[in-house]
Amino acid sequence: MLGNFFLRKRMNFLAYFGLLIIIAFVAGVITEYDPVKGFTSIPKAIVWGFTNFYPNVESFEKLPDILQKIRETLLVSVAATVTGGAFAFLFAIFGAHTTRFNVFLGVISRGIAIVFRNIDFSAWAMILLFSFGQNVMTGYFALFFGSFGFLTRAFMETIDEVSGGPVEALKATGAGYFSIVFKSVVPSTMPQMISWVLFAIETNIRQATLVGILTGTGIGFAFDLYYKSLNYHAASLVVVVIVIAILLIEWLSNYVRRVIL
Amino acid sequence: MITRSETKIKVKSFNKATLVIRMTLLVLVLVTLLGFFTFDYKGIHVFDGIVLTGQTFLTMFLEPHFSHFTFVELISKLFITIGLAILTTMLGAAISLFLALVAARNLASKTTSNIRGIIAVIRAVPTVLWVLIFAVAAGLGSVAAVIGMSFHSIGYLVKAYSESFEEMDDGVIEALKASGATWWQIVFQAVLPSSMTYLLSWTFLRFEINFTVAVAMGAAAGAGGIGYDMFMASVFYYDLREVGIITYFMLLFAILLEVFATRLKRKLRLNA
Repeated sequence: MLGNFFLRKRMNFLAYFGLLIIIAFVAGVITEYDPVKGFTSIPKAIVWGFTNFYPNVESFEKLPDILQKIRETLLVSVAATVTGGAFAFLFAIFGAHTTRFNVFLGVISRGIAIVFRNIDFSAWAMILLFSFGQNVMTGYFALFFGSFGFLTRAFMETIDEVSGGPVEALKATGAGYFSIVFKSVVPSTMPQMISWVLFAIETNIRQATLVGILTGTGIGFAFDLYYKSLNYHAASLVVVVIVIAILLIEWLSNYVRRVIL
Repeated sequence: MITRSETKIKVKSFNKATLVIRMTLLVLVLVTLLGFFTFDYKGIHVFDGIVLTGQTFLTMFLEPHFSHFTFVELISKLFITIGLAILTTMLGAAISLFLALVAARNLASKTTSNIRGIIAVIRAVPTVLWVLIFAVAAGLGSVAAVIGMSFHSIGYLVKAYSESFEEMDDGVIEALKASGATWWQIVFQAVLPSSMTYLLSWTFLRFEINFTVAVAMGAAAGAGGIGYDMFMASVFYYDLREVGIITYFMLLFAILLEVFATRLKRKLRLNA
């Protein structure tokens, strides 16, 4: 009996493992992925990186320009996240089960959030290129729509998780809708929401690089420009600046999270 | 005589957390305003742009059509993107599992948990830059895409996995250690079985992310798949209606994934 149990467990494990191998094989065939080339490219890339991909003295002349670009990117990311968060808050209040006042409105705002969340930043960037062209606003709106969708879901879940009990208690005392929202829901969910906003800012800075490459703005454009003109020293300096900026933001938001949560 | 301020009941004490919350909100709003005032708008009319975007959406979603490829071709491109996401997730998950075991604080020695610092730096480099850097060594294509995307996946999954390992009960590990179990026995008999549900849901979440990343890499780094078609339709052919049909395809698959993920999470929670 016991031996049977272990045998069955092992067979189960092998079956799942085999299934994964088959899926990986099929995926490899479809995408024409060459595993040998994949593994040999890693040492090749490391060698190339050490011989070509490092900032040299000349590339530091580009530093003021790069800093200007990263400043723009940081501002765009924060502005898009904050404005997206403000709209997300409104939609989350309409859509969350504990605070919605109209079922129809709730379903609508959930639906809008699902659509916005599932269209990727890169897709937004390419759609917005049609109406804004190669402009900082393309990047701004791409990040705005993406973080709006993401934050609406996060805020809804936070509201439903945190304020079920207090809202019921306040309703029992006969409190009005606005006093329930502003005296109970907002204060109790604020730390969680700020934590989500900070997380969205972190991801948005990374996404801004990608959106920048696609739309020709900000730090992504700077990287693309140096990369395509084979100026790898300057391109590596861009990478270093991005890494420092992201680590700095992560460190700041971790500090805020430790204090408020 | 009683003044007004004394009659007011103090409902919330003012402490460091409240101060930091207010400061954070203030700083965020100020930075946002600073951004809007200093952006280089290049004489664009934002309001006109928004109206135009609304019209773009209407044309895109109401009149989608195929012109440069057929329905079957688009499906096969979608499968290429899914394939890239699967390969990246599997490669990333396998490597991350080992690194996370070494990096988790309750399983590792002091020296090996330094891996976290390196992982944080790997995670800080955006995926598209990893792919482009590998593209120089391996050439544009699926190899550079999969390897480059795996780097960021590893950065993400090592953090998620090692945190799930750290959540497990210390008593179990201590009991096994006391009975003389080796490190491998502890890992395979206690750590992995007890954190399996977390690992699975994190991996699936990463697969969802990798799908969108694979779309983006197709567009920005020539990795092929549906993202590349979207890039061509948008930037080269300037065909809004074709962008619309591609968006529908991606949206459908992404929502399908999300529904499946919610089901999976519920099932895992029931089993746990």
